[in-house]
Amino acid sequence: MTEESAQPKPQCDGEVPAADQEPVTPNPEFTAMLIEKGAETLNLCFQCGTCTGSCASGRFTAFRTRKVVRRAQLGLKDQILSCDDLWMCTTCYTCYERCPRGVEIPDIIFLLRNLAVQEGFMGEAHKKVAGLLVKTGHMVPLSDEYQTKRENMGLKVKPDTVLTNEKAKTDFNKLIQICKFDKLIGMGGE
Amino acid sequence: MTYAFFLGCIMPMRYPGIESATRHMFKEVGIDFVDVDSFSCCPAPGVTRSFDQNTWLTLASRNLVVAEQQNLDIITICNGCYGSLFDAAHILKENKEKLEEVNKSLGQIGMEYKAGVKVRHFADVLYHDIGVETIKSKVVKEMDHINAAIHYGCHFLKPSKLKNLDDPERPRILEDLTEAVGARSIEYKDKNMCCGAGGGARARVPEMALDITKDKLENIKKTEANCILNVCPFCHLQYDRGQKDLGEGYNLPVLHLSQLYGMAMGIEKDKLGLDTHYIPVNL
Repeated sequence: MTEESAQPKPQCDGEVPAADQEPVTPNPEFTAMLIEKGAETLNLCFQCGTCTGSCASGRFTAFRTRKVVRRAQLGLKDQILSCDDLWMCTTCYTCYERCPRGVEIPDIIFLLRNLAVQEGFMGEAHKKVAGLLVKTGHMVPLSDEYQTKRENMGLKVKPDTVLTNEKAKTDFNKLIQICKFDKLIGMGGE
Repeated sequence: MTYAFFLGCIMPMRYPGIESATRHMFKEVGIDFVDVDSFSCCPAPGVTRSFDQNTWLTLASRNLVVAEQQNLDIITICNGCYGSLFDAAHILKENKEKLEEVNKSLGQIGMEYKAGVKVRHFADVLYHDIGVETIKSKVVKEMDHINAAIHYGCHFLKPSKLKNLDDPERPRILEDLTEAVGARSIEYKDKNMCCGAGGGARARVPEMALDITKDKLENIKKTEANCILNVCPFCHLQYDRGQKDLGEGYNLPVLHLSQLYGMAMGIEKDKLGLDTHYIPVNL
């Protein structure tokens, strides 16, 4: 007898041996929604595993590309979206190139990540970089040290971008607000 | 053809030497470019596209409009910016619905994208437009002391059915561009594998990213390569900073193709920023 917890722990590979996993209930509505939102090639996958065999991340972690695709086909929403595996893909496109069925795996992963983020699954490090983008228009800050290095090389102290162009940065900010990206990462109303 | 030079983030903020080298090298080989003063981050797909595809596409489209308004195509020296802007331009050209959706947002800042901008990677322009023969004619110092472990990175050639530049499994572009300045290209195991940084991995799963980098470095160390040659500041950062993070036993200089070309074309060393890398470049 196992006690039921309020929030079931995601059953990621490497944490729960396959034989001990609970039987899964497919959720065709979730799969249909994925396909409607752009994962048109999802059901072409016949689980050959070429993607897993080609995956750089999979060599060093328990991340298995084939399983992410299978779970998406079955619509196992909670298992996919809550699992850190989703964030191990480096989007190198090797699986995409080699897939004999033309499944556009990185595009499916981007879509699944979007859905995970909507459910609040966001890495703190990613949130921080996203915050930098909102604040400065760039994902890397320009420190005094590097301003000096730029100057010493004969470059402009600050590059000619939204960093120095106020009108462009205002436009950029407006688009961020229209897309509600600031709210998404918890910066809205600041 | 005059291009809008897309700066991105890592090059101007962390490796200004790549920017300086590129500006000089473009002039040497005859790539006409202008600075457009209102670009932002591409935005980097690892985080932005992963978080919200609509935000990614909308912010990328503003960058495309900025070039389009001046009748310019875009040139970039970064695989990440290339992947982001190329994909965005492709989607907006092929998908009318998405274009309309993005234009609704752009309309609120008085902009409209007409889907007319081409996004080019500088190595593609060097190879297909300038040509190896012209490059050879600009060399003042043969780079015959350079044994380069070439790292293509992921988003220069892939997805190949959209980019159509070279065979991603057996490419030749960078080997030919390396040999054009008298350097040698050294083969190594898993040459086409990712550096580990992409897709947001460097920020979110840094240990895994570094495991991949270490594997690549170990494979390169088994050869006679004396540097890693790349065409992407993010791969450049991952190798250069990654070796520092890995600590003892790693000391392979990392060069961006623009810097190698700068050396070969006689551009002064202090304009190439070689002394601003984590791993000293004594080549």
